[in-house]
Amino acid sequence: MSSPENPPSGSAPRRRPVRPVSIASFAQARNVRQDDHHNEVEMLMPVIAEAFGSISITKDDVDFICSGSTDYLIGGPFSFVMALDAVGVWPPRAESHVEMDAAWALYEAWVLLQEGAADAALVYGFGRSSLGDLNEILALQLDPYYLAPLWPDPVSLAALQARALIDAGRATEADFAAIAARSRKDALSNPNAQVAKDVVASTLMEEAYVVSPLRRHALPPITDGAAAIVLAAGEKAHQWSDDPVWITGFDHRIETHSLGARDLTVSPSTSTAAARAGLFEAPVDVAEIHAPYAHQELIVKEALALGDSVVINPSGGALAANPIMSAGLIRVGEAAARIASGEAHRAVAHATSGPCLQQNLVCVMEGA
Amino acid sequence: MAERCAVIGVGQTHHKAKREDVSIAGLVREAAAMAVADAELGWPDIDAVVIGKAPDMFEGNMMPELYLAPALGAVGKPMIRVHTAGSVGGSTAIVAAHLVASGIHKRVLTVAYEKQSDSDAMWALSVPQPFAAPLLAGAGGYFAPHIRAYMRRSGAPDHIGRMVAVKDRQNALRNPFAHLHLPDISMEMVEESMMLWDPLRYLEACPSSDGAAAMVLAAEDAVSGRFPPAWVHGLAMRSEPTMFAGRDQVNPRAGRDCSADVYSQAGITDPRSQLDVAEVYVPFSWYEPMWLENLGFCELGEGWKLTEAGATAFEGDIPWNTSGGVLSSNPIGASGMLRFLEVAMQVRGQAGEHQVDGARLALGQAYGGGSQFFSMWVVGADRP
Repeated sequence: MSSPENPPSGSAPRRRPVRPVSIASFAQARNVRQDDHHNEVEMLMPVIAEAFGSISITKDDVDFICSGSTDYLIGGPFSFVMALDAVGVWPPRAESHVEMDAAWALYEAWVLLQEGAADAALVYGFGRSSLGDLNEILALQLDPYYLAPLWPDPVSLAALQARALIDAGRATEADFAAIAARSRKDALSNPNAQVAKDVVASTLMEEAYVVSPLRRHALPPITDGAAAIVLAAGEKAHQWSDDPVWITGFDHRIETHSLGARDLTVSPSTSTAAARAGLFEAPVDVAEIHAPYAHQELIVKEALALGDSVVINPSGGALAANPIMSAGLIRVGEAAARIASGEAHRAVAHATSGPCLQQNLVCVMEGA
Repeated sequence: MAERCAVIGVGQTHHKAKREDVSIAGLVREAAAMAVADAELGWPDIDAVVIGKAPDMFEGNMMPELYLAPALGAVGKPMIRVHTAGSVGGSTAIVAAHLVASGIHKRVLTVAYEKQSDSDAMWALSVPQPFAAPLLAGAGGYFAPHIRAYMRRSGAPDHIGRMVAVKDRQNALRNPFAHLHLPDISMEMVEESMMLWDPLRYLEACPSSDGAAAMVLAAEDAVSGRFPPAWVHGLAMRSEPTMFAGRDQVNPRAGRDCSADVYSQAGITDPRSQLDVAEVYVPFSWYEPMWLENLGFCELGEGWKLTEAGATAFEGDIPWNTSGGVLSSNPIGASGMLRFLEVAMQVRGQAGEHQVDGARLALGQAYGGGSQFFSMWVVGADRP
């Protein structure tokens, strides 16, 4: 249970949606270390077909399309351009793209549905992390003048954050192992997960450090994957589901890029987004947290003021599969799926971007 | 129900081949600070930031909005990064406008930029990709055959492209922010310039620029600023597949559908007579007559006749690209936003030497990719 009476600092006024919008369907590719057999279009086509097919609609039933991806995975400009062939936009469609995790594409589509500029939207994200060296690629996200030329890799930056958390007395390496063990075990019931195993934390603690204090289990796997969500507003939401999963709050915030100017052990942007999304008004049953590194789950959990009774990452989370550019969108889909299945009534999904949780998104959903 | 949305502040950099005096952060902040000041606001008044640019490989920074967040006053606020190829500057403004029209935010800063001198766009466009035709000759090499096809279809004479090249550079002489200022520009000068991609000569192509553009968009109850607001009367985006048999790349359907949508929202049935000015993405001279037809300013095959008759000149009945257009300044990611920004300046009456007298309703258009992505808006001096 979250504690609505004690929202964390950085809270902001609640903003209520003006138009009910539902997560009408969700589909994802099976997450794998390396998909050598499909290009991006071929990865996306069955995912989009499933997102449409599971609610018996076609592309003609959505009036907006938005995707999230990054050119730097494929190593060429305009990776989203050919990916659009997975939808087949003929006749021409209203379509947009963010160079961000597709959770932000979902936000852009939700804005249009709020406005009434569209009634239903297809949102998808994709990425093949296996094509290059993520340690080199993600270093290019850093300040191009002062930081990127030093090539700090994302694991080392995450390790700095984990070390700060330990130094602050708020976590131990055993906590990281416990999170990884729970994630691996939960992933056994997720057919799309990449890393799934029944293993105890003490066994994981025997692994060597990748970058101290992070052992291999505290790092995300390298994943090729894709996912899609269909959003529906108004009558369409009811047409496509007997019990729609409603988005009751949606917000995202960014922090400064300069790591030295941030307290890496907290996530004020997550708290602000959560407050704006109304998370603290009522308890949630399930939280899907996009924490690529085990220790980041602790930081986000605190920022979201989640109590110990909240089920966290029943899908296994990003430690079980971390398809870059769709891992955030998948958190929303997985949380919605728990509501749709009746396991949860109210759930929160979180997505992150940038080094050490720089940018964060919070989506709160409820069942009928 | 959609809220009304208006442009209340604009800003842009001096566009140059190399802005070695500023970092990327300095470049975007220069335009953004000007837009915030033009709106008579301070940074804390801004609720959210929407930033766009063309491929990240143009500068070699992955998802640079992360690094640019503090420079744009975005810390603690929502920040969205748009990328829709060459149309991105327009699409970015459209995403920002939706944030206002949806009632979610009161004042949104939108910014677009490119610092081409940090890299080489030709190289970035030419990375070999599996199963894709290489674009080794850059954008001009891609578009030249489509221009040839237009000339064959319409029977347009060779000099039309040169006329556009001269006209837009003459307009640029009125715009202190334009990259190219060529006081001696003439038909002869264009004709004597090097042939790059037949039929396009050097002076019929856009330059490579460093530059940024920014606007502040606001809801009706948050209007402020040094000049009257430019009200958004209509906006739209359209995409079509990059390649399939039967796709008309000379007169793409996505462009026609996009303009039909925007005109319908803005109550426009005769664009040439109802619009006072238009800023249209013309990176290669011949795209003016091609887009005149695609945007419905004339019948098919007649676009070049409007150009030849001077209808699109500064003193013509429907001036096109009064800023000097993409042919005079091309910070790629910002080029679309500069079109949207110029028409806002026109209806706000703040365009100075390139102000069209009495401009009250204007069209901004951007396109991208292999002309399969379009974004457009119509802004007006009157509240819709």
